[in-house]
Amino acid sequence: MAVSLGINLQPPEIEPAMLRFILGRLAVLIPTFIGVSIIAFAFIRILPGDPVMLMSGERVMAPERYEQISRQLGYDRPLPVQYFDYLTDVLSGDFGNSIVTRRPVLDDFLTLFPATLELSLCAMFLAILIGIPAGVFAAIKRGSAFDQTIMGTALVGYSMPIFWWGLLLIILFSGTLGWTPVSGRISLLYFFPPVTGFMLIDSLLSGQAGAFKSALSHLILPSIVLGTIPLAVIARQTRSAMLEVLSEDYVRTARAKGLSPFRVIGIHALRNALIPVITTIGLQVGVMLAGAILTETIFSWPGIGKWMVDSVFKRDYPVIQSGLLIIAGVIMLVNLAVDLLYGLINPRIRH
Amino acid sequence: MTDAASTTARMQDPSRRARLAEFWYYFSENRGAVIGLWVFIVLVVLALAAPLIAPHAPNAQYRDAILVPPFWETGGRAAYPLGTDAVGRDILSRLLFGARYSLFIGVVVTLLALTTGIVIGTIAGYFRGWVDTAITRLMDIILAFPSLLLALVLVAVLGPGLTNAMIAIALVQQPHYVRLTRAAVMTEKNRDYVTAARVAGAGNLRLMFRTILPNCTAPLIVQAALSFSTAILDAAALGFLGMGAQPPTPEWGTMLAEAREFILRAWWVVTFPGLAILITVLAINLMGDGLRDALDPKLKRS
Repeated sequence: MAVSLGINLQPPEIEPAMLRFILGRLAVLIPTFIGVSIIAFAFIRILPGDPVMLMSGERVMAPERYEQISRQLGYDRPLPVQYFDYLTDVLSGDFGNSIVTRRPVLDDFLTLFPATLELSLCAMFLAILIGIPAGVFAAIKRGSAFDQTIMGTALVGYSMPIFWWGLLLIILFSGTLGWTPVSGRISLLYFFPPVTGFMLIDSLLSGQAGAFKSALSHLILPSIVLGTIPLAVIARQTRSAMLEVLSEDYVRTARAKGLSPFRVIGIHALRNALIPVITTIGLQVGVMLAGAILTETIFSWPGIGKWMVDSVFKRDYPVIQSGLLIIAGVIMLVNLAVDLLYGLINPRIRH
Repeated sequence: MTDAASTTARMQDPSRRARLAEFWYYFSENRGAVIGLWVFIVLVVLALAAPLIAPHAPNAQYRDAILVPPFWETGGRAAYPLGTDAVGRDILSRLLFGARYSLFIGVVVTLLALTTGIVIGTIAGYFRGWVDTAITRLMDIILAFPSLLLALVLVAVLGPGLTNAMIAIALVQQPHYVRLTRAAVMTEKNRDYVTAARVAGAGNLRLMFRTILPNCTAPLIVQAALSFSTAILDAAALGFLGMGAQPPTPEWGTMLAEAREFILRAWWVVTFPGLAILITVLAINLMGDGLRDALDPKLKRS
């Protein structure tokens, strides 16, 4: 693996420089997480509307009852105390309960997250599968009509309002052609208990005929929509990284040695060009989660993006607060992983 | 006073003109950028002239013309070139007025994020120390959230509407300016010309904003083009989610939200507002690419 990729993976023992790098990143991460939790906490306190009144719904509430619920939820105590309690609860895994579903926020998150993850992974798979080859070929044929077409298309994709793009695809593929369903993750005809939470895998495991096809046909349009902007970014980034690498001396040397163009580009150039591309891919995770808000709303995809939008409209304070915190936490961890991976594959950053 | 003024004039005139000429040379090398610039100019003219050229008032409802298709479809009428929406409003007129909103949003958000970001970033890069640490941490915190989600919750806090949407978008974009400015100021700060100005008795404010900042503009201009288009996209997205401009405002994202339930019956109510967003954003991004090529000395050679 290490040889075929040509990436010099270090043996398990971690160099001091790498260790310092990791510790440095962690030292930034912890205060950032605390800051994120303060912001998430503060939002809810300044949001208009009163969660206690909201819980009572249309009914009129006696002042004593109001006091009681308020005390029960801890809203009557000073803000710093409330925050400290919240942070303690969070660190012990208690993210509060949703006002709407009455279930723990973390449970709701864990139920819905696989849907978003499945969608994001498929979207990213599409983006990488098309984006990297497109960028490589555009770089090799620099200045050609092919290059201009690819880069023009990439810029259109990059400028795309994806909520409109989703609606257009629905008009074409669901409306006019009738190929794909409009919303949801699978047809109502199929029911099976979630095993992995990934509909594609679960539908295969269920053994029901047609279930996998149904899941796939539900997944394809949202994946295209969510993958559009990452695809454009990856194609552009791959092209520019490739162009930079192709002008390096070692590529000229490899060419001069008489290596086939395929070897020069596929092995010598691409493996170095991919280093910045991997960072780009990692940074797209945050972009994807933002895109999931729109994509899931359009396709009624039961994931965390739609969950957050619904919670904002229902003023489900605990969900907004902890949802923000969990999502930001996930993005921070992904970014940390990207940084570490970058340090691992690019020895220059360690020294 | 006059001496100083004449010195600046002498310093700036030839070099600035030469630099502008050089900039235009590289910018116009990029065919896409020139096309983007022309499209953008046309959009600005259309937006400014909207009250003069729009065939109908943007919110006028024609009860006898509900969901009329564009003129080239069967059943289309010349009076409504791009058709009408579900309450009989002329789509072309709404799009023309919508251009005013989108361009206005882009300008306001960019200016807001740019000015606050530059001031905060310059302070962080110039003074360093605990001020810098505090600012950098705060920006890290803002950047830890997905921008659209943060903007969505911010608008929910401030109350739905166009003004609040613009404030929220400016707030989530501003860390990018802070980071860019800070990095640029830090590299410029120890150059000889800054030391010379300091020795000559320039104060902190003058050093920060008159001496150093003008030499950090290139990346900021490119970022401004980028955030102009992002602002338009994000504002439309918030409008689409029902948290931006409120109906009956002819904002393009809000128009899309209103059109959603008719997508399978009347393709035109969905297609045109989105196309308008795409064309505008694409034109600005094309210009942004041209600006980057023209201002980035590293790419100039190739």
